[in-house]
Amino acid sequence: MTMTEPHIDAPNEPTTPLYRLADVSKTYTQKKRVVKPLVGVDLEIARGDFVTIQGPTGGGKSTLLQLLGALDRPTSGRLTLGDTDLAAASNAALGSARAREIGFVFQGFNLIPTLTASENVDMGLEPLGLADAERRARVAEALAHVGLADRADHRPGELSGGQQQRVAIARAIAKRPRVLLADEPTGNLDESMRDEILDLLQALNDGGLTLIVVTHDSAVARRASRRLRLEKGTIRDITR
Amino acid sequence: MYFTYLRRELSGRTKQTVIVAAGLAIAIALVIIVNALTAGVRDAQTQALESVYGVGTDLTVAGAQQEPGEGDGARFEFGEGGGATADDGTTTLAQSQLRTEMGRSTLDATTVDTISGIDGVSSASGALSLTNSTFSGELPEIPAEGATGEAPADGAPQGGGGFGGGSFDVDSFTVLGVDPAAQSVGPLSSVTVSEGRALETDDAGQNVAVVDATYSTTNDLTVGGTVDVGGAAMEIVGIVTSSTSSTDTASNVYIPLDVAQSLADVGDVVSTVYVQAATADGIAAVQEEIETALPDTTVSSQSDLASTVSGSLSSATSLVTNLGTWLSILVLAVAVVLAVLFTISGVSRRTREFGTLKAIGWSNGRVIRQVAGESMVQGLFGGAIGLAIGLGGILAINVIAPTISSAPTTTSEAGRDGGPGGGGPGFASVAQTVSDITLTAPLTPWVLVAAVGLAVSAGLVAGAFGGWRAARLSPAEALRSVA
Ligand SMILES: Nc1ncnc2c1ncn2[C@@H]1O[C@H](COP(=O)(O)OP(=O)(O)O)[C@@H](O)[C@H]1O
Ligand SMILES: [Mg+2]
Repeated sequence: MTMTEPHIDAPNEPTTPLYRLADVSKTYTQKKRVVKPLVGVDLEIARGDFVTIQGPTGGGKSTLLQLLGALDRPTSGRLTLGDTDLAAASNAALGSARAREIGFVFQGFNLIPTLTASENVDMGLEPLGLADAERRARVAEALAHVGLADRADHRPGELSGGQQQRVAIARAIAKRPRVLLADEPTGNLDESMRDEILDLLQALNDGGLTLIVVTHDSAVARRASRRLRLEKGTIRDITR
Repeated sequence: MYFTYLRRELSGRTKQTVIVAAGLAIAIALVIIVNALTAGVRDAQTQALESVYGVGTDLTVAGAQQEPGEGDGARFEFGEGGGATADDGTTTLAQSQLRTEMGRSTLDATTVDTISGIDGVSSASGALSLTNSTFSGELPEIPAEGATGEAPADGAPQGGGGFGGGSFDVDSFTVLGVDPAAQSVGPLSSVTVSEGRALETDDAGQNVAVVDATYSTTNDLTVGGTVDVGGAAMEIVGIVTSSTSSTDTASNVYIPLDVAQSLADVGDVVSTVYVQAATADGIAAVQEEIETALPDTTVSSQSDLASTVSGSLSSATSLVTNLGTWLSILVLAVAVVLAVLFTISGVSRRTREFGTLKAIGWSNGRVIRQVAGESMVQGLFGGAIGLAIGLGGILAINVIAPTISSAPTTTSEAGRDGGPGGGGPGFASVAQTVSDITLTAPLTPWVLVAAVGLAVSAGLVAGAFGGWRAARLSPAEALRSVA
């Protein structure tokens, strides 16, 4: 089984961080109430790292992940993914970054219930405009990678929670992203399924894919090479 | 993938798909059926008019209305030769009388030439419409008034009645004197000869007649036989049926114009001139010119004539054109609103789905295309089903072929003359025939195109709303809304 290859970064700048955040703040204003989930976050994330972000509910973890995932722009500060300035990018540029560079995995799996596993994976390739044969090959490869080659024609409803999350991971990695972002990927899973997902994530990281995982679960954090804690909008490294 | 996703979504959300498609289907079926019916009743109207005024008649010119009492009353004058008195004092009477239409003056025959000479008139032909009333019966000996009997000719059509111990019958039929040389325009232009021959140029001055098929059947008239018109025996040379419809022709009996004029003893006059304009665009101008040249006449165009058609045909027309049109517009509007609401609520329910797709890199345009595509296909489904229902409905109408009656009421004013059973044949001009017309629902190709167009545009409208809604979803919020 071959590894789904992550982007090969230019060899002449191996030490350049994948993400660079400088004084990043995010403010939400909702009906006169101002919420500041992120206040002056400075952070660099290296290529190939396995980073977890922990912290209390409402601490801003999802907000940070959305900024990293090019789903939203910071209110202030600088945020780059490789050479792309995500703080200043157009919607189209953000969309393109999501389509090509970033894989996203959600707590609730977020598969489309009417589509089969392979069709769900295919949805992640839709924006890339690949040839059909290439697409089919990548879908099969990604499903094989998560160990679900034999479930390609099953609908999400016919799969266990762990299998569904594996389909979601296959969807995220089929595009061969630079980074995989996961928001509480094991939050909806029981322990055995959680380990199944953790093993898979670990393997992906071993293959060179950068992982950033938001989690409540210390079992997940234990696998990480770098542990961050986000509290009251500020970030702290708790790796030790 | 576009179509796989689309297909899966539509089949996976059957309820919404079915409701939206069914709503559109009903609306489109209604539009199709109402349209076909509208065309059908219009055809029926045209038929009703053509059977009376002939094919290709653009305008008719008739004499002016007369005030009541201006015309001479209808009365049979039984003179010395009117009957034979038997030995027991009973008088046996039989008299045939040919009269012009009451309540309307005739036109001098030169009117036809005047009209022919007007610019833009392609042809004009005059006809004299008459009613032949035959009084036959027995009168007992009446001591005082003896020889003169008076009976209302405008009595019940074909009716009879007792009369002071005697008995009599009044039998009426309509006679149309036509120019045997000019039949390209006028009532005989819309007939087919089913037996014998039509009137020909040589027939001028001859006692020959052509008889309506229905009338010939009910009165046992055949080619080679004779029919009594105004006391003269006319040799029947042909039987005619209407070529445009199943209706009766304009008159019961057709005879050469000059023969009609002399039998009725009216001089060289006609009652109606049938005019064909050279071009369809020229009709209005020709109508104005005739009105100017002949101020004492009544000039009617096809649309004027159409408004005179009454009976259940006119009720059907107004039912279809008013209620039908409004109903189909209403149902269509409801269906479109339904489609829009369902699409919007569908998009709302799929907030997380579309948020996810955007999060994994789908562009706004791609999401909108998906939503619009789904609506469009739903619309097409509805259109296809609606088309099927609509065509089925049209087929059903054409199979059942309901008959509706039409009674052109060009002479309804004459009814004010009163008289027992007023409005009977005694008054009628050529237009007295109450005919049953079979209602058909013709299918025009553009209705099919319009139905598909409606379905597509309903789908587009719904898709536009749904797509607009989906485009406004920010991926971050979309994900947060359920997480
Ligand atoms: N779109 C938004 N509008 C208003 N407030 C928001 C929005 N998104 C997040 N917040 C607020 O920001 C804070 C951080 O939320 P979040 O990043 O989801 O925290 P976590 O994921 O750590 O639980 C919360 O108080 C939340 O209510
Ligand atoms: Mg969160």
